[in-house]
Amino acid sequence: MALLETTGVVKRFGGLTAVDRMSFSLDKGEIVSIIGPNGAGKTTFFNTLTGIYKPEEGELHFDGHSLVGLRPDQVAALGVSRTFQNIRLFGSMTVVENILVGMHVRLKQSVPQALLRAGFFKREEAAAEKRANSLMRYVGLGEVGNELAKNLPYGAQRRVEIARALGADPILLLLDEPTAGMNPQETAEAIRLFRRIRDEKGITILLIEHDMRVVMNISERISVMDYGEKIAEGSPDEIRRNQRVIEAYLGREAATRVA
Amino acid sequence: MISGAASLLRRWSAAALRGPGAYLLVGLHATIGTLLVYSSPRSAISFLILLSSLGTALAVKANAAFKLVVILLLALVVMPVLGMRNIFYLEILFQISVFAALALGLNIVVGFAGLLDLGYVAFYAVGAYLWAFFGSRQYYYLHTEAGTQTGTAPFLLPADTFYIFVFLGIIVAAITGILLGLPVLRLRGDYLAIVTLGFGEVIRVLANNLDRPLNFTNGPHGITPIQRPTIPHFFVDAFNGTFGGLVGKQVRDVDLYNVFFYLFALVVIAVIILVTRRLDDSKMGRAWTAIREDETAAIAMGIPLVRMKLAAFAAGASFAGAMGILFASNRTFVSPESFSFLQSIGVLTMVILGGVGSIPGVILGAAVVVILNLQVLQGLSLYLAALRQSEALIPILNFPWKSVPNQFDPAKYQRLVFGIILVLMMIFRPAGLIPAARRQRELAKDEGY
Repeated sequence: MALLETTGVVKRFGGLTAVDRMSFSLDKGEIVSIIGPNGAGKTTFFNTLTGIYKPEEGELHFDGHSLVGLRPDQVAALGVSRTFQNIRLFGSMTVVENILVGMHVRLKQSVPQALLRAGFFKREEAAAEKRANSLMRYVGLGEVGNELAKNLPYGAQRRVEIARALGADPILLLLDEPTAGMNPQETAEAIRLFRRIRDEKGITILLIEHDMRVVMNISERISVMDYGEKIAEGSPDEIRRNQRVIEAYLGREAATRVA
Repeated sequence: MISGAASLLRRWSAAALRGPGAYLLVGLHATIGTLLVYSSPRSAISFLILLSSLGTALAVKANAAFKLVVILLLALVVMPVLGMRNIFYLEILFQISVFAALALGLNIVVGFAGLLDLGYVAFYAVGAYLWAFFGSRQYYYLHTEAGTQTGTAPFLLPADTFYIFVFLGIIVAAITGILLGLPVLRLRGDYLAIVTLGFGEVIRVLANNLDRPLNFTNGPHGITPIQRPTIPHFFVDAFNGTFGGLVGKQVRDVDLYNVFFYLFALVVIAVIILVTRRLDDSKMGRAWTAIREDETAAIAMGIPLVRMKLAAFAAGASFAGAMGILFASNRTFVSPESFSFLQSIGVLTMVILGGVGSIPGVILGAAVVVILNLQVLQGLSLYLAALRQSEALIPILNFPWKSVPNQFDPAKYQRLVFGIILVLMMIFRPAGLIPAARRQRELAKDEGY
C-alpha cells in the first residue's frame, strides 16, 4: 500500500479552485517532486496535506490513517514534517532550541516531571540536546548551536529548517522549494543532503521545486500541476518530453514554435 | 574629553564589577545602605540606596554562594528588621513583591507565549475575592443589602485556613484562566487583546454587581474585615528578643504582620521563579516561545496550539490567584476598585519596562514602577507641598512657589510619567531594562553521527 495516497482532493478559496481533484500517491522510500508554474496550487496542496487547510472534497491517507479533519499538530505527530517556502524559523531561539522544538512530538516528559526535574526529565533533555546537536552537524552546520536562528546566513537557515523537521523523526519529509535562493554550490550540497536523508534514514521525501536542474537531478518521479490540476506524472525523462508540460511552462504558442 | 571620561568610567565600573573589587563594592553598598536607613528611617533616598544594593549584589561577577548569602541576608533579615523602624518601607516591599509576582505571571502569557492579555488583573481579583468571601463574614450576609451589615456575625472559617486558600487560589485562578481562555485563544494579536480587556472588565463589573440577588461581593462597598492568619506568639517574642534592640521599640503582633506578609510574598515569588524557570526550560517553555515566534511553524512542528496557550493562561493566572489571596488578607479589605483596567496596564508596563520574557527584568520593572509611584512621585509631591508653604522663589524665573497652582502635583501625573518612560524605552531600549537572553548550552564540540 502506498505511504501517502490522495484521491480527488479539492481546495477552493471563494470562487477559485486552488487544488482541483488532485489524486496522487507516494511509496515509502521514494523521492518525488511536484512542479508547476507559479500559482499552480503546489503549496496549497502541501498545506492541505499537513492540515493547515481543510479540503472541500477528497480523501487523504497517510500510513494507514485518514488525514481529513486532523489538525496540523496531529498530522505532524503521525510522522509528516515539513519546511516552508519562505523560511519560518523561530528567530529569537537558538539553533539547538529550534531543533528541540522540532522534537516536540517525540518528547514524553510531563509538566510535573519538568517541575520536579525528575531523573527521566533530565535524561530525556540531555539525550534530546545531544541528538539536536548531531542533527545540526548532519545537515552540515558548524558550531552554531547557541546562535540565534535569525542571525544565521540564508543558506544556514535553510539547513536549520531541515534539521528541525528531522527532529520529529518523520516518515515523510515535505520540502517546499528547499533550494530557492541558493547558489549552485549550495544547491548541489542540498541535493546530496536530501539523498543522504533518504538513503541513510529511510525517510520518504516529497518536494516542491522550481529549479529544473534540481528536479531532474534528484526526483525518481515527478508530478506536474497546472491550474490546480495534475496534468502529468512520470519519470524525469518522460516529463521532459511531455507536450502538456512544455505548454504549461512556455505557453501554447511558444511550445508549438519550439516544436 | 567627554568620551575620554566615559571610557575611563566604563573601565572603572568594569573593574569594580569583577574580582576582589566586586566583593568590596557589594559589602560597602549594603553596609552604607543599612546604616543610612538605620540612622534616618524617614529618608526615601537612604531606603533606595539600601534597596539598590540588592541590584549591585546581583550585577557583580562574584562567587554565587557569596551573592546568595548577601541577598538572603538583605532580603530576609536587614530589610524586615529595619522596616520595623518605618513600617512604610515594608509596605513598599510588599507592594513590590505583589506586583513582581503579577508581572512574572503576566510575563508567561505575554513574554513567553506572546499572547497580549489586557485583562490580567481579573485573575488577581478571582484570588482576592475567593479569600474575601470565605475568610470573612460575607457568607452570613448573603441575604442582606450591601452596606447594611452590623458586623456581629462570626467568621465563616478559621483564620488559618488562609494557608489552604493560597493553594485553592492557585487552582481556582488557573481554572478561570482556562475557562476564559477557551473561547478567546483562537484569536490572534489585537483581537485577543481586545477580548481579554473585555473579560477583565467583566470580572470587575461582576464584583461590583454581585451584591444581588445574593450578596456575594458586597458590591462597591467591598468586603471587610477579612481575616489574617494568626502569627504564633513565640515568633513575636523571638523577634523582639533578637532584634528588639535594633528596632528600638517593642514590636507588636500588628506590626509584625507587615514582616509576615512581606516574607510570605517572597516565598511565593521564589516558588514562582522556580516554576517559571523550570517550565521555560522544558518542552512546554520551548513550545510557548515557538508559538510567540511563528504560530504556523509551531503547529507544523506538532505543537498543539490551543492546549499550549491554555497552559500559558492557566500558569499566569495561577500566580495572580495566589497573590490575590495574599493581597486580600494583607489589606483585610477588598473592593472592585483594586482591579481596574489601569491595574492590568500597570502590570503590563512593568513587564515591558523590565524586559519582556526576562525574569530578573520584570522583577526590576515591578520595583521601578512601585518605587516611582510610592516614593519618587509622592516624595516630589510632598516636597512641592512644603515649598508652597514657604516664601521661596523658583530660581531664575523668580516666581514664588506659593503661586504654583495646586493642580500641579507630581503624584497625579503618574500615568503621564509612565507614558513618557515607555515612549523613551521604546526608542532607546526596546527590549527592556534587562533584556531576555536565550540559555547558552554547553554543547559537545564534536560528536560522530
